[in-house]
Amino acid sequence: MAAFSITVNGETKSVDVLPDTPLLWVLRDSLGLVGTKYGCGIAQCGSCTVHVNGNAVRSCSLPISAVGSNKITTIEGLSKNGDHPVQQAWQEVDVPQCGYCQAGQIMSAAALLSKTPAPTDEQISTAMNGNICRCGTYHRIKEAVVLASSKMK
Amino acid sequence: MMKTNRRGFIKLGLSAGGGLMLGFNWSSAVASIENFSAAATHVDFNSYLAISPEDVITIFSPNPELGQNIKTSFPMVVAEELDADWKKVKVVQAPLDTKKYDRQLTGGSGAVPHSWERLRKAGATARQMLMEAAAKRWSVSASTLTTNAGFVIHPDGRKLTYGELATEAGKLSVPADVKLKDRKDFKLIGTAVPNVDNHDMITGKPLFGLDFYREGMLHAMIQRPASFGMKLKSVDATAVKSMPGIVDVVTFKNNVAIVGKSTWEIMKARKALKVEYEKDGNIESTSDHDRLFKELLDKPDATVRRKDGDVEAAFKSAAQVIKREYQCPFLSHAPMEPMNFFAHVKADGVELIGPTQTPDRARNATATLLGISPDKITVDITRLGGGFGRRLQADYVVEAAELSSLIKAPVKVTWSREDDMMGGSYRPAVRYRFEAALDAKGNLIGYKLRGVGINAGNSTREDNFPSGAVDNLLIESVDHQSPITTGAWRAPITNFLAFAEQAFLDEVALAAKKDPVQFRLELLDRAKQTPIGAIRYDIDRMKSVINLAAEKSGWGKKKNLAQGFSVYFSHRSYVAQVAEVEMVKGNPVLRKIYAASDCGIVINKSGARQQVTGGIVDGLGHALYGQVTFKEGAAEQRNFNNYRLIRYKEVPEVEVHFVDNGIDPTGLGEPALPPTGGAVANALFKATGKRLYNQPFTLQEEMKGVKLEQKM
Ligand code: FES
Ligand code: FES
Repeated sequence: MAAFSITVNGETKSVDVLPDTPLLWVLRDSLGLVGTKYGCGIAQCGSCTVHVNGNAVRSCSLPISAVGSNKITTIEGLSKNGDHPVQQAWQEVDVPQCGYCQAGQIMSAAALLSKTPAPTDEQISTAMNGNICRCGTYHRIKEAVVLASSKMK
Repeated sequence: MMKTNRRGFIKLGLSAGGGLMLGFNWSSAVASIENFSAAATHVDFNSYLAISPEDVITIFSPNPELGQNIKTSFPMVVAEELDADWKKVKVVQAPLDTKKYDRQLTGGSGAVPHSWERLRKAGATARQMLMEAAAKRWSVSASTLTTNAGFVIHPDGRKLTYGELATEAGKLSVPADVKLKDRKDFKLIGTAVPNVDNHDMITGKPLFGLDFYREGMLHAMIQRPASFGMKLKSVDATAVKSMPGIVDVVTFKNNVAIVGKSTWEIMKARKALKVEYEKDGNIESTSDHDRLFKELLDKPDATVRRKDGDVEAAFKSAAQVIKREYQCPFLSHAPMEPMNFFAHVKADGVELIGPTQTPDRARNATATLLGISPDKITVDITRLGGGFGRRLQADYVVEAAELSSLIKAPVKVTWSREDDMMGGSYRPAVRYRFEAALDAKGNLIGYKLRGVGINAGNSTREDNFPSGAVDNLLIESVDHQSPITTGAWRAPITNFLAFAEQAFLDEVALAAKKDPVQFRLELLDRAKQTPIGAIRYDIDRMKSVINLAAEKSGWGKKKNLAQGFSVYFSHRSYVAQVAEVEMVKGNPVLRKIYAASDCGIVINKSGARQQVTGGIVDGLGHALYGQVTFKEGAAEQRNFNNYRLIRYKEVPEVEVHFVDNGIDPTGLGEPALPPTGGAVANALFKATGKRLYNQPFTLQEEMKGVKLEQKM
């Protein structure tokens, strides 16, 4: 076990875990931030997507020992009141079905739009292709990304 | 149309009428999941509805929510008849309570058909009581009053909120008969209402089973035999036990449970576990099944499911016989949230919390296992991160309960994705042989179908179309018992049978030189005029979706697009689909799928469109990519790296239409899935001349060198 200090959603958190513990399980088991989901554990589904310095990263495949001073943002910290333009768009378009993949989808979309506020269809599909939705909400995801983009203008 | 268990409703009504239940009686641990603090003064009108003097309308949704939108749609029906202000409605997932609710399960697209009238009456009865309470206060007749958006309104314009009337209304006796709204007066039903859990989902609140944590709870993962047909021989857990965070290693049945303080510590320690297995039955591989399929298709004896006329004579006299075979592999349900459950077995009772489609089954199975009475067990239903039928099984609940009873501690058992995919209860693999006899004029005079399944039970649906439209017909099934476990998978059996049948009918229509849509319509007309044997589908409803899909897609009128048609009746609803493929530089591009559905009255336009679109994406994805193959009894696909699920880039545009016929709702969680594979395969044939017989399409010989693309 080893002590780590990481910055999550603007706060410094100390945890005592195995150095190879994936960030995903630190968030869920140690910090109680369960919005970030486990889906595959091998960087295939995107359910565990968080932001590391604003980039979409699969937290299931990022060991805590590699986090260092990089800034982590989870779905819980994307906005104070759930009103990030992407979150608003997700509600307006009524995207979720079972909802399990949606935190990851939102984090991927938010990372895309922060760098590319007006993405092309191609850019959206490249950014979102790593996030599986077993319920098949892809059409609404597209609609919501486009709507969020218009909100950010 | 639909039968309602009237007694069930009266029973519910009486419990409210038998005395006002002031002070809401929270059962067990709802609050711990829902984080809902009940006002002590809530007035309980019936099992579905409570109103507080502060004017909060609480509607209880009993059925497990796994993405079928029940937690939004059910309360909408209650709120509609109550004439409530939807903004003031708070929806709460009810825990298992077989006294209050019947059919508290999610499966068979049956919840709405079952509960439609019950829910309406629950709302209407309360509304009537509120009006009577107001009438008393104002000393007028209740018949002079009206309601709107949560108010009872006096003819002179005075009004009282439901909350203001709740306490008095709750004391009144429950009216035996209430008038339900006329459909044209619906304000909420038929509109697009966003998911009631949206805000919690998009902000990452704990909602799902895997999100359940409790102080002092242990975590566990279970090593199960990797191969079906093997059992545990020996366990060496010495190394595991000394690893950090590990509390215990417990062996029961064929399971080795690693119990610890955190998920990762368990995942890591698990790698050091040494387990030996030995043979306990047949060890089967996919190659064995391929051989078995061929043998059993030719086996003289099979279970006859339906027989009309004289099939052999018809085939002898036929001018043309078409014979084709279709095969599908096993599929994993692969809900995004893997199996998991929390169990706490205590001296005085058992607490079960987690994602289940069948809480009652989970409870009964646990009661049997522990030899205790079911009423000692509470089941709280979390939101389900998908189910697709996998969570109809209680195996993962019982396992958690057994482990908790052995370690005498609260524990959450989590399945890794690999556990989930290797752990069974698959969509069964099936092979079908279809035969059609045509006379010289191209009339279908004979029809045969034999289904051979691996643990599929009856792999046919003998009374489905075209049964009833053909004079001479024989439907048979053969089942092979295998140690590989199978179970219901969204639209059981029809999820593949529909493809096979609709692709076959396309070929028959071609042989008969008829347009595929016209061919189906003619058969349906025949069934209507001269039905052969029992007809167990609604011919008019099927025709109406066929016509609507043909109209909306401009069937047969598009020059540069190859269209494929499919229509299917499953559960209680009808869906027709048209797929469109365009050839771009010699390669097929699946552009669009049109769907025309008849599910009766659409309750929630947004949810209903999702069910159809999602069903199509699901049907398409599995038809194109999905398969679990076995080697020596073990699944070869174990995670999403080689078990391919459809992704964002792989979906075509989808256009959804509904038949508006005003009949009571008939369910929509599954019926949009079955037709998709057939529509797509038929369009691909038209575009490329290549016929697909087996799934997954992308791995078939016919698709070698074909670069299929989809574009939304
Ligand atoms: S859980 Fe990390 S990508 Fe699937
Ligand atoms: S909404 Fe269910 S997995 Fe995406």
